[in-house]
Amino acid sequence: MQLRWCNGWTKCTGRRLGQLGRCTALISFLFLSVGVLAACASSSSAYELPRTSPAVTTIENMGSDTLVNLALAWAEDYMQLHPEVRISVTGGGSGTGIAALINGTVDIANVSREMKPEELEQAHANGITPREFTVARDAIAVVVHPSNPVTGLTIEQISQIYTGRITNWREVGGEDRPIVLLSRESNSGTYMYFLEHVIRRGDPHDESLFSPDTLLMPSSEGISVEVRQNPNAIGYDGLGYVTPDQKVLAVAASADGPYVLPSIDTVNQGTYPISRPLYMYTAGEPTGVLKDYLDWIRTEGQKHVIRLGFVPLR
Amino acid sequence: MLRSEPVAGTKTRRFEIVIESLIRVLGFSTIGFVVLIFLFLLRQGLPFFFQVPPINFFGTRWYPTFGLFGTLPLILGSILVTLTAVVIAVPLGVATAVFVREIAPGWAREVLKPLIEVLAGIPSVVLGFFGMNIVAPLVRTTLNMPTGLTAFTGALVLAYMALPTIISVAEDALDSVPKSYRDAGLALGATKWQVIWRVVVPAARSGIVVAVMLGLGRAIGETMAVMMVTGNAARMPLTPDSLFRPVRTMTATIAAEMGEVAQGSLHFHALFGIGIILFVLTFLINLAAARSIFQKRRRGGLR
Repeated sequence: MQLRWCNGWTKCTGRRLGQLGRCTALISFLFLSVGVLAACASSSSAYELPRTSPAVTTIENMGSDTLVNLALAWAEDYMQLHPEVRISVTGGGSGTGIAALINGTVDIANVSREMKPEELEQAHANGITPREFTVARDAIAVVVHPSNPVTGLTIEQISQIYTGRITNWREVGGEDRPIVLLSRESNSGTYMYFLEHVIRRGDPHDESLFSPDTLLMPSSEGISVEVRQNPNAIGYDGLGYVTPDQKVLAVAASADGPYVLPSIDTVNQGTYPISRPLYMYTAGEPTGVLKDYLDWIRTEGQKHVIRLGFVPLR
Repeated sequence: MLRSEPVAGTKTRRFEIVIESLIRVLGFSTIGFVVLIFLFLLRQGLPFFFQVPPINFFGTRWYPTFGLFGTLPLILGSILVTLTAVVIAVPLGVATAVFVREIAPGWAREVLKPLIEVLAGIPSVVLGFFGMNIVAPLVRTTLNMPTGLTAFTGALVLAYMALPTIISVAEDALDSVPKSYRDAGLALGATKWQVIWRVVVPAARSGIVVAVMLGLGRAIGETMAVMMVTGNAARMPLTPDSLFRPVRTMTATIAAEMGEVAQGSLHFHALFGIGIILFVLTFLINLAAARSIFQKRRRGGLR
């Protein structure tokens, strides 16, 4: 029991601020129960406390905020199956995770992009050969009202729509209706990804922003309600969050390229243009528990992927 | 009771002192908490005003993740939604109060008063959900607007939320108009309508102003429902049709962004900066309300 609570505290540090309330409740509970306090007084002793097995292995997991909730779900589930393993998950961003991996302070870095050449160089300088594992994929679906006759858009068109240069559906082959832009809030990972890879088309020197007329919806539910009701609306969200009562548009990388609908298959084949793999990096070839954990993530662990709005591996 | 037993003396006295100081401490701690909250707000929010040049935070573009902290669209958005809500709610609220107090028969009054209080108890999230699913599509189809998530929709929902406050306070104000006023009016041959409109309502005027102010305070601070129905687009509401376009209010901005912002970052301080602006605005409204209460007392007209 005591270990459980200490564990909860480690998880708290990984959660985002939104869950601060729960953490505070947890902390106050910690201070109330003396036994727990004693166990938590030194974090190292908490891990060393023998319970069912004398050897408790800990896995330190840090990195991408996009991945943090998925990593937490995996960690929680895996720890239930293997009580002798302790996994702590921390966010902070892909760069932070890689830096920690290079410095040898974490076992797994969660990364939502590929490692940069200079990061690889640094790792080699420290005698580490990072090993890359694709653990899930992130795809963004572009959705409209089911009655909208438009079936596909190019990335270029989507970019012009979201920057306010195209304001009527007529201009992209639809009815004569104004376009209402829907987006997630500016601090969601999906917002940043959409901005960088769709609106700015991956160009780091592009300074384009969402049009000020964009409606920022606080939740996926907000987007789906408005898209379901409003024939003028266009929205985007993680593929896993799209409900069947919205019409998903096919997207083409260029005007003559094929228009591809997002699905688990097209995302995995890499033909759907608005998708990216999500990685976990280890320092060198993983062994023992670490290997077992990564294998589990890539097989059984995939069941959590859809639930959290990502695309599973095949 | 205590006074009748002077012999019990020191023990009771001591007990009394303890209780008295306890109550005093509790009373002052309320003030203390308010002061502490205000200090916290200042500590977290003031850096924003120093770190960001005024041209930026009085700018027109709110893209906090890209260092653009123009709060003007948010301030104007809040004001637009709140004022529209008050314009809708005040005539309705005062008319309802007049009906309940002056016109409705006794039994109807007994039913209406608790119902109005129940209205105040509906959670704002429920109203927001209702607004998003029912009111917004209705606004879009009847007014033929591109989207139903507009300042006007927000104002409708807010007006509904401010109504119970306005009705209850205005009704109390009407209630405190002495019966002799009404009798005098009727004795002079005035009709019931003339008595209400020319005697009772003017006599209760300052109380009604307080009702409006409290409703205004309720409306400007409301977050959840507004965030769900106004569309949250940080555009400058300057065109004539802005009322029927999406807006982003200060409260919705804080609520939507605080959850994910990095603690201690400029964006974090910016949100507290908006909190300070909001605090100052509500403080001014409350001050105005308090002033009209004091004026009423000074005139000594009503209770």
